[in-house]
This record gives sequence, C-alpha cells and structure tokens, in this order.
Amino acid sequence: MKTTTSTQTGKHYLIELKGVTKVYGEGPAAMHALQGIDLRIGQGEFVAVMGPSGSGKSTCMNILGCLDTPSSGVHLFEGIDVGKLSRDERALLRRHYLGFVFQGFNLLNRTSALENVELPLIYRGTPAEDRRVRALEALEAVGLTGWETHTPGELSGGQQQRVAIARAIVTNPKVLLADEPTGNLDSARSREIMKVLAAFNSERGITIAMVTHDADIAVYAKRIIRFFDGSIDSEEKKPGTA
Amino acid sequence: MFSETILLSLREIRRNLMRSSLTILGIVIGVAAVITMVTLGRGATAQVASDITKLGTNLLQVRPGQDRHGPGGTHSTGDMFKAKDAEAIAQEIFGLSAVAPIASQTIQSIYGNENWSTTVTGSTNAYLQVSNWLIESGRQFMESELRAGKAVCILGTTVRDKLFGGQNPIGATIRLGKLSCNVIGVLNSKGQSSFGTDQDDFVLIPLRMLQRRIAGNSDVSRILVSAQDGVSTKKVEQDIQQLMRQRRHILPGKDDDFHVRDMQELVSTMTGTTRVLTGLLGAVAAVSLLVGGIGIMNIMLVSVTERTREIGIRLAIGALERDVLMQFLVEAVVLSSFGGVIGIVLGISAAAVGAIVLAVPFIFDPGIIVIAFVFSAAVGVVFGYFPARQAGQMDPIEALRYE
Repeated sequence: MKTTTSTQTGKHYLIELKGVTKVYGEGPAAMHALQGIDLRIGQGEFVAVMGPSGSGKSTCMNILGCLDTPSSGVHLFEGIDVGKLSRDERALLRRHYLGFVFQGFNLLNRTSALENVELPLIYRGTPAEDRRVRALEALEAVGLTGWETHTPGELSGGQQQRVAIARAIVTNPKVLLADEPTGNLDSARSREIMKVLAAFNSERGITIAMVTHDADIAVYAKRIIRFFDGSIDSEEKKPGTA
Repeated sequence: MFSETILLSLREIRRNLMRSSLTILGIVIGVAAVITMVTLGRGATAQVASDITKLGTNLLQVRPGQDRHGPGGTHSTGDMFKAKDAEAIAQEIFGLSAVAPIASQTIQSIYGNENWSTTVTGSTNAYLQVSNWLIESGRQFMESELRAGKAVCILGTTVRDKLFGGQNPIGATIRLGKLSCNVIGVLNSKGQSSFGTDQDDFVLIPLRMLQRRIAGNSDVSRILVSAQDGVSTKKVEQDIQQLMRQRRHILPGKDDDFHVRDMQELVSTMTGTTRVLTGLLGAVAAVSLLVGGIGIMNIMLVSVTERTREIGIRLAIGALERDVLMQFLVEAVVLSSFGGVIGIVLGISAAAVGAIVLAVPFIFDPGIIVIAFVFSAAVGVVFGYFPARQAGQMDPIEALRYE
C-alpha cells in the first residue's frame, strides 16, 4: 500500500482528521454526530477520548478505525485519504495496520483463546505454524500462558479482555483502537488491563486511541481529548510527553 | 486459506450437529430417491431387454392377416401359411440361420394321475434355434420323426414339473388329448417373460404330428425367421414381404394379407417405454432435491442472523466481503455435499434391496453417483449464495452492535 507521509516537512502524523462531520439520517430528522472535528494523532501516542454519551466519541472511533467514513471532511491514515477507499480497501487497511479492542470483548464463542488470537493472522495468510507461535507469544504478553485452550465461556471478564488485546496486537498493528476496553470490568481488573495497554504503548510503540468515560482510566493516556455535542471541547496533554 | 475455510465450516457444522443433520435431511432424501429410482429403472430396462432377447435375437415373425398394430380398420385375416411357405423362405432368402413354421393348440396333457392344460406347439428343430431354447436333457427331434410326424415330444420345464414332479420323464409316455406321445427331451427353463407369461409352459412336437393328428389340417399359423448375425433384419423383412406377396398372388397396389414383424423393434419400443418411466420418476425425485436446497437456504439464513456478531468481528479485524461470503458458501456446500454422500449411500442400499424385491438386476452406475454428488454440491452453491452474500455485505459497526 502506497503511503505518503509528511516526514520531510518535519510534521509526521499517523492519523489526521480535518473538518470531519458525520450525519446520520436526512432532512429535519438528521442527526449530526460529528460537527467538524480536527484531530492529529502522531506515531506512538496514547490518546484517550472522553465525553458523555452521544457526544460523538464512538462515531469518531469508528472513523479512526476505518469502519466508517466521514460525511464530509478528510480522514488521512499515513497520508492516505480513507474516505476515498472502497469497502474492501478499508478492510485491508484494518487487516494490516489496525487492532481492535471492544467493550464487549467480542471474542468468538466456543473457540479457544489461541484460535481467537490466531484469527487476524488467518486473514493475513500467515502459515499455520507461524500463526501458532505468534499467537502463543501474544497470549504470553498479556499474561495468559496456560489458558490457550480455554474458550471465552471458561474465562473471567478480565481474562477475556486480555485475549481480545492479544488478538489486537498479534499482528503488530500501527494503531490499537480500544472502545471502552474496561467498560465491563471492575476497577481492579480495569487497572490490570490498562497496565497491559500502557506497556504495549511504551514498550512496543503501538499508537493507542481509546474511548472511555472513566477519568481513572483516562489517566493512563498521555493525551486526553474531550468531546461534547459532536465537537472537541478540550484537549489536555500530560506533562513530559510529546 | 481455502483449507482453513473448509476446516472452519466442518467445525461449525459439528457445533450444530442436530440442526445440521436436520438441514441436510432434504438433500439426503432427494439424492437417495433419485439414485434409487434411476438405478431400479435401469435394472428394469435391462430386464425387459434381456427378456425380449431371450425370445430370440435377430428374430422376425411372419403371420397371416394385416398388422393389428397398424392404423385403419380393415382387419382381414389372410389364409394360413403352409409348410411349403417356410421351406420357400429358407431356400430363397439370403442370410437366414433358421426358419421355423409353427402351429399350436391348447390341449390337456396327462401322465398317470396328473393332468395339465398346456400349449402344444408343432414345429421343427429350427424352433429351438430361433427361440434360443436349449435341450436340458434328452435329445432333439430326428429328421425321420419330423418327416413322419411321429408321436414324440419335448417338454417345457413347467409341464415336466406338473406331470412328473421330480421324476425323470425321458422315455415315459404321456397323453396329449387322445394321443399317446413319447417324451424324448426336456428344455431348459426361461422363466417368466416380461409380459408375465410362463415361457416354460408348453410341449413341442413335430409340426406334422400336430397338423395331421391334432388339428387335422396342414395350416401353419406363423413362421419364425432368424437372420444371421450382421444381416440387416430390415432387408430380410423386405425380402420376405416380396416373396410372400408373390407366393400369395397379391396384385400390385393391393395390401398385404400377412405381416412381418421385427423383434428388434419390439425391444427398442419396450426398453424405450421403461426408459421414459425411469426419467419421469427421476424427475419427480429431483424435485425433492430442490426442496432440500430451499431447506439449506433457510437454515443458512438463520445461521447468518445468529452469527451476526461473529461476522462483525471478522469484518472488523480485516476480513473482506468475499472472505465472509466464501466462509458461508463453503459451509452450505459442505453441508449439501454431506447430504449428497449420505443420500448416495442410502440410495444405493435402497436400490440393492429394491432390486431383490422386484427381481430386477441391480445395475451399479458410477456415473449417476458422480452426477448426484456434483448436483448436491451445486444445490449448496445455488441456495447458499444468497445467505452468504447477506453475511458478506453486513455493516461491521451494525453487526458488532447486534445482540
């Protein structure tokens, strides 16, 4: 895939949103979920997106995750205009550069943890042997060695979310998108999950964009963006970070 | 990637074993029905063909009177033939292997306390040849016996069984009506013809004996002619027609008062009939395959809805539309192929049993198995495509939100 970055000019943004709007429905019933968002996320950042329900943070995440396209405005991923890509081209973008962690874990039921983690590699056409080795490594990285053959039903919520994280990072994605990753977990499990995510960000340099409404969770991020009524309300950078 | 998809579909099918089995039931029944019908139909066709062939190969029958199967109402009974007519055919027409003049009557046969009403056929040794009869025990007629019209007879096995039970009839004297007659031979058994008549229920005696001592005339009611191998029966038919017109002094422009029928035509007519019937039965059975296909489509649609979330996950992590489409399509094809295989096994078993019950030969045809398998797989493709496309075209965001 052809990538054009603006490294030469000194400014390198992995993801750029310029005047992005999203409108659902038509006419008087139209719902303006996003009303002109400008957002830049650089390589290696850990961004938390916060805001009340209906503020447009999930819609923004769907666009960042190339699952959805803006109604107007531009979404650039590594300089590529995602809005101009076809459905399948966006799927390939997700396949090769993105990893997802969802609030509801979204693992395949009745399928072992190992097979769940192998799933993205199957679509990448990774050979079976290689797949297994990498999936085992990913499970080890989230501290689930010994649980490979267990199905989601046999795992606790925290363990399930770790499997989901292992599935998201097994492909070594450029960006990990997490939508309320701790929404279904108690505070102790939530902290564990956040430590795992923070470690991937700092040790492997994986860019993370995370949606949360929990301020205690957002503190793990290096930058916090607050949404309100479809616009960015405020931005706050933690000291000592880029 | 493709083998992954097949493995995946196998696992999915195993997971819902009960539902999968019920889904393929329609295909199983459809394929089994087609295979059973076609296999039994072919057996019946072969049976009919071999029955008629047993009557004699390259056989032509010459009878007085117009062809009763022809159109038009003028049914005239021509004069009976004479033995000389048969001799003339044998001498003047090229390419014949045997010519048998035949006259027959129904008569009571008696031996000891047993009596049995049967057909007494007067002919020559040529009759054995044209009708493919073999002597099981004893001997044929001698030339002198035929010329003199001697009171000797050869029995069909039914008559032998009725009169003699298990005893050896050779050398015994039976009575045919008022005549005493010496048994010189017994024929092999041909069993029932496909018309349902017992071919073994008759007694063969010299033509002259029947004419002089039973019928009291010199009539020949029909002449059986068998052509040599490789000789066109059509040509022989025309030659006989010409010769008989001449001998019976039929003026040009007048209709024949006799007819020649080629048994080969009868074979193709009869087998043609069973073939059409087989085709019809097969077509009816094929309809159940269609119904089975619709069953598969139903269940695949349910399965797609049920697995909406799974589809959402796959699409989100980078599955293309065609990846998901293939997954569900392969699942439908694997399901229907399973149904096909089970149906084939069931169908062949049913046909094997049916062949025994109906007393027709069991003809195993690998071709029909290949066709049935390919067809059931095709049913999976056709009826699996619509649900699979629905799965592939889902919106991942909506699908992930689905509860």
